[in-house]
Amino acid sequence: MADQNLIENDEPLLVAKSLSKSFGRINACRDVSFSLHPGEVLAIVGESGSGKSTLLQLLSGQLAPSAGHVSYRMRDGVARDLASLGEAERRFLFRTDWGFVHQDPAQGLRMAVSAGANVGERLMAVGWNHYGRIRDTASDWLTRVEIDTARIDDAPRTYSGGMRQRLQIARNLVTEPRLVFMDEPTGGLDVSVQARLLDLLRSLVAELNLAVVIVTHDLAVARLLSHRVMVMKGGRVIETGLTDQVLDDPREPYTQLLVSSILPP
Amino acid sequence: MNAPAYNFAYLDEQTKRMIRRAILKAIAIPGYQVPFASREMPMPYGWGTGGVQVTAAILGPQDVLKVIDQGSDDTTNAISIRKFFAKTAGVATTTATDEATVIQTRHRIPETALNANQVLVYQVPIPEPLRFLEPRETETRRMHALAEYGLMHVKLYEDIARFGHIATAYAYPVKVNARYVMDPSPTPKFDNPKMDNCPALQLFGAGREKRIYAIPPYTQVVSLDFEDHPFEPYRFNAPCALCAAENSYLDEIVTDDKGGRMFVCSDTDYCESRQAAGHHGSLSAAPYKDKAQEAANG
Repeated sequence: MADQNLIENDEPLLVAKSLSKSFGRINACRDVSFSLHPGEVLAIVGESGSGKSTLLQLLSGQLAPSAGHVSYRMRDGVARDLASLGEAERRFLFRTDWGFVHQDPAQGLRMAVSAGANVGERLMAVGWNHYGRIRDTASDWLTRVEIDTARIDDAPRTYSGGMRQRLQIARNLVTEPRLVFMDEPTGGLDVSVQARLLDLLRSLVAELNLAVVIVTHDLAVARLLSHRVMVMKGGRVIETGLTDQVLDDPREPYTQLLVSSILPP
Repeated sequence: MNAPAYNFAYLDEQTKRMIRRAILKAIAIPGYQVPFASREMPMPYGWGTGGVQVTAAILGPQDVLKVIDQGSDDTTNAISIRKFFAKTAGVATTTATDEATVIQTRHRIPETALNANQVLVYQVPIPEPLRFLEPRETETRRMHALAEYGLMHVKLYEDIARFGHIATAYAYPVKVNARYVMDPSPTPKFDNPKMDNCPALQLFGAGREKRIYAIPPYTQVVSLDFEDHPFEPYRFNAPCALCAAENSYLDEIVTDDKGGRMFVCSDTDYCESRQAAGHHGSLSAAPYKDKAQEAANG
């Protein structure tokens, strides 16, 4: 699994240090630390309410942590604390070097504008000003996520769930980000569509050398996509390690329960 | 005794001060929408309550007021606003563009070039150019603050994808002073180039939305476009049927139910002054008038 780039890039891309977040008396996230290297896929698994989504929001700078900090190595190679970034910088990062794939495509897409414009929006946001080139890039990306380019002018409202999710991925990847956050990207899709989407994701991740933080409750997704797994329960990381190690030989009782609750194929 | 004792130009002095402060701030930050405490005016929203408040705040006793509605001096809206200020401020009114010092307008910029002694006040229904793309006000304000205007191009992209060209014909977004993207109110895009480097002060008032914004004199105003689909002002390809003008903005008037139509200048003052100067279009009544005159003289 570990590819060449992992060895080459020994500087981590994203580092979380003792992250905590509490909402009043509820500790949604307690003392989470890890580092993510370029090209690495990290799955965060756990049941509902275990703090997965809160952690994702902390990592992507959408929520401010109660304690601890997150640092990200920018394209110039300098690691910077997310809390020290201005809002403009953070939003710029979000539009260029990062991607965020939501579980519900309606949150990540503009449902009323055409697929081409959805993909092109990020390009226009970073100053592309040539219609022909924007359109060519958009149709190129639609091809890469296996959407028929004849539907480039259709709004995602008219798309199926699987197509919407693939469109959302294209929209995020068009600026060639280095880090993509995914929140249950296969939730709500039927099994065959899920399989196709995962297959697509896996090839894109390898091709673009993406670092990915993927939140899922589906262990099959974690097994298929990720290099490493973090298991969360009650806001804490209870187990972490290589995917096959954690899933095939779970140490913690909770992880054992989680793994054993999958029906054997 | 029976005459209502209006304060000069209807609004009380405190209100005018408040509006003037907003106007000053708007002039200081070209294209930025300044919130102000818009008052109830004796007319319904959508009839120019924003423009009227701005006019009331800047009007002085020596001013000469012109009011136009879609270029015309003689529509209901224009006449009633003109009468309103004639009554409450006692100012002189005119229909001639070059005589006016304050021009309140709805949806047009006069054809006659404006000068540095004039102020153009626009009535604005929806001041936020990003409104139909991003419904959240908190978000659009943030986008303005951070100059994130990619979304504006999404709208233009959609136009080209759907119609093959930028089909937005009015309220065409502009960038003011290379910073803020602004809605020029629903003026036809034909008028956009007139805003650029204009010697007159341009003020925009939105009464219902409680916003004032401005373009100071001689400020750069650029219409947004794509490199391969540049901005083009649109005009019906015909001369005015009354004054034969080749370069004015035209209204299409349907004359019968058999497809008959005529194109006439939307700026009535411009059209009338051209006719008075002897320019006659294909459907001008002037030759018949002259003949009738001759016949009467015998």
